[in-house]
Amino acid sequence: MKYTVDESGFYGNFGGAYIPEMLYPNVEELRLNYLAITEQKSFNEEFQHLLREFVGRPTPLYFAQRLSERYQAHIYLKREDLCHTGAHKINNTIGQILLAKALGKSKIIAETGAGQHGVATATVCALMGLDCTVYMGKLDMERQKPNVERMRILGARVVPATSGNQTLKDATNEAMRHWINNPTDTHYIIGSVVGPHPYPDMVARFQSVISQEIKIQLIDQTGNPTPDYVVACVGGGSNAMGAFYHFLQDDHVQLIGVEAAGHGVDSGESAATTALGKPGILHGSKTLLMQTQDGQVIEPYSISAGLDYPGIGPIHAHLFETERASFINITDEEAMQAGIMLSRTEGIIPAIETAHAIAALDKLQFDKDDVVVLNLSGRGDKDLETYIRWGKY
Amino acid sequence: MKNRLTELFEKKKKDVLAVYYTAGYPSLDDTEVIGKTLVKAGTDIIEIGIPFSDPIADGPIIQASNKVALDNGMQVSLLLEQVKALRSQVSAPIVLMGYLNPVYQYGIHKFLIDAKAAGVDGLILPDLPAKEYEDNFKATCESLDLSVIFLLTPTTSLERRNKVDQLSTGFIYAVSASSTTGNSKSFDENQLHYFETLKTQKWRNPVLIGFGISNHETFSQACQYSAGAIVGSAFIKALEQSKDIKQTIQTFVKVLRGNL
Repeated sequence: MKYTVDESGFYGNFGGAYIPEMLYPNVEELRLNYLAITEQKSFNEEFQHLLREFVGRPTPLYFAQRLSERYQAHIYLKREDLCHTGAHKINNTIGQILLAKALGKSKIIAETGAGQHGVATATVCALMGLDCTVYMGKLDMERQKPNVERMRILGARVVPATSGNQTLKDATNEAMRHWINNPTDTHYIIGSVVGPHPYPDMVARFQSVISQEIKIQLIDQTGNPTPDYVVACVGGGSNAMGAFYHFLQDDHVQLIGVEAAGHGVDSGESAATTALGKPGILHGSKTLLMQTQDGQVIEPYSISAGLDYPGIGPIHAHLFETERASFINITDEEAMQAGIMLSRTEGIIPAIETAHAIAALDKLQFDKDDVVVLNLSGRGDKDLETYIRWGKY
Repeated sequence: MKNRLTELFEKKKKDVLAVYYTAGYPSLDDTEVIGKTLVKAGTDIIEIGIPFSDPIADGPIIQASNKVALDNGMQVSLLLEQVKALRSQVSAPIVLMGYLNPVYQYGIHKFLIDAKAAGVDGLILPDLPAKEYEDNFKATCESLDLSVIFLLTPTTSLERRNKVDQLSTGFIYAVSASSTTGNSKSFDENQLHYFETLKTQKWRNPVLIGFGISNHETFSQACQYSAGAIVGSAFIKALEQSKDIKQTIQTFVKVLRGNL
């Protein structure tokens, strides 16, 4: 079975490019050029150079001794939280800014939820001297204040999205509208494996460096390139796709995606897309989508701004449908407790998005010899205020 | 029964006025009275919007009307009932405009059949890709004689323009600028140049210009280059500020046509 994108931009039943004509030339320009550009030797040399010297890759694959004792398995943490800017998001923004430059674009726009993608975009724009506008839900701007200021310090304009629930979905709508209104000089850096083809494939390729490194590091540390489990949180699903990518064809590797259950899957305040979603079309692709019977998108909820999205990348919808990956969900409370637990067990304060993946360890049954790789997608600095407000530590 | 869009364009080649409004806005039950009054005031085509939670091709005015309509409780099935009631009172062509997801959830085949039965003549689905149309819509639409109208923009290549003309039935929707809806008050030189290219191209279908048509000046300017024009955001704005809907509509259409 194949998990790569087909010629028309689909992963099985999901994907495609459902876009209004106003976006067609921009998206078509990308579709026609992204492989040719990213496969150039000079592109790859610059990409690899920046990942190494600017981002700080490879990130460690850290054997978590005390966590392993607690769960009675061999648990490795892929330390994406140690990337420059504090999360995996910058792997993709480095790739896309080089692509934008190759296409001759002078302005960059982006959407952001938790602000990590916004910061990663503002960072690479500063690095390359390109104009940067980031759309962010007004609610997210309030709950992720430090990241808003980081973007501003880096020289980006942060524009509040005031429609809907004022979160990631609404920021994405506004960024798409901006792109419609500025079609020629602007590149839109989407931050996850969502959006019209070729975005999901493009972002997956840029993030695939995560699993590429994991394979090499596992050989060094265990003698075997494949683990028994790879665990990662899923909002749109970019860090999970990066961690899964090079294991997709290794059928014995169990891929676990962890979604945000918010106040509980059945509470009406949740972002657990695979549990609650049906096939639908949003932001340019067909995917699983939380929606009413009448096809209106349901406003998602999670304590974590980065998982607060009503859809999921089309490739994850495909992995779910084909049962190549399993998806579980974690409530706000479980995630917060797991965040504290990791802080005290390993000395690492995780992002609240990542804390969902950590909480999933409680839900899985491991054998003593199992090798588990958990993608530690981001660090918790940006979430201190949420930890403080939650207060139970 | 012949498709009313086909009939209209056989008789009328110039100054065709299409007006867009969102079903269920400002009040849930306004769909019928707005359509009826528009036709009475001299509107040639009624374009009714199916509200959607995430209308990415639309600017703030139409977004807001979509939200109000959804908050009012508008649903696709109710919308089709309202269209049916409107149809029994007007003979002008009715076109539905909406995003794909609500149509998907209703069921494509069922939607097309029910829309036709309600008296709909055409559909505008901006996020419907050509291939998806050919695979899942075309055969049914053709057998029902239901028009499907595709969009083109100033950045649409010549090759793709021809494809849009091939795919479209009823008319072609020429978007006046690279923008979301409701974004300008007058046309600049680039737009007029683009309109000129629309005028000189040989089309299978009539062309209507939309986006940025907000007053008599822009309407009559657009009509110089095409069979007519589509007004949306400016009309929604007028409704938003209206105290007497019927009076507002009468005046709006008169002003637009330059009869006041």
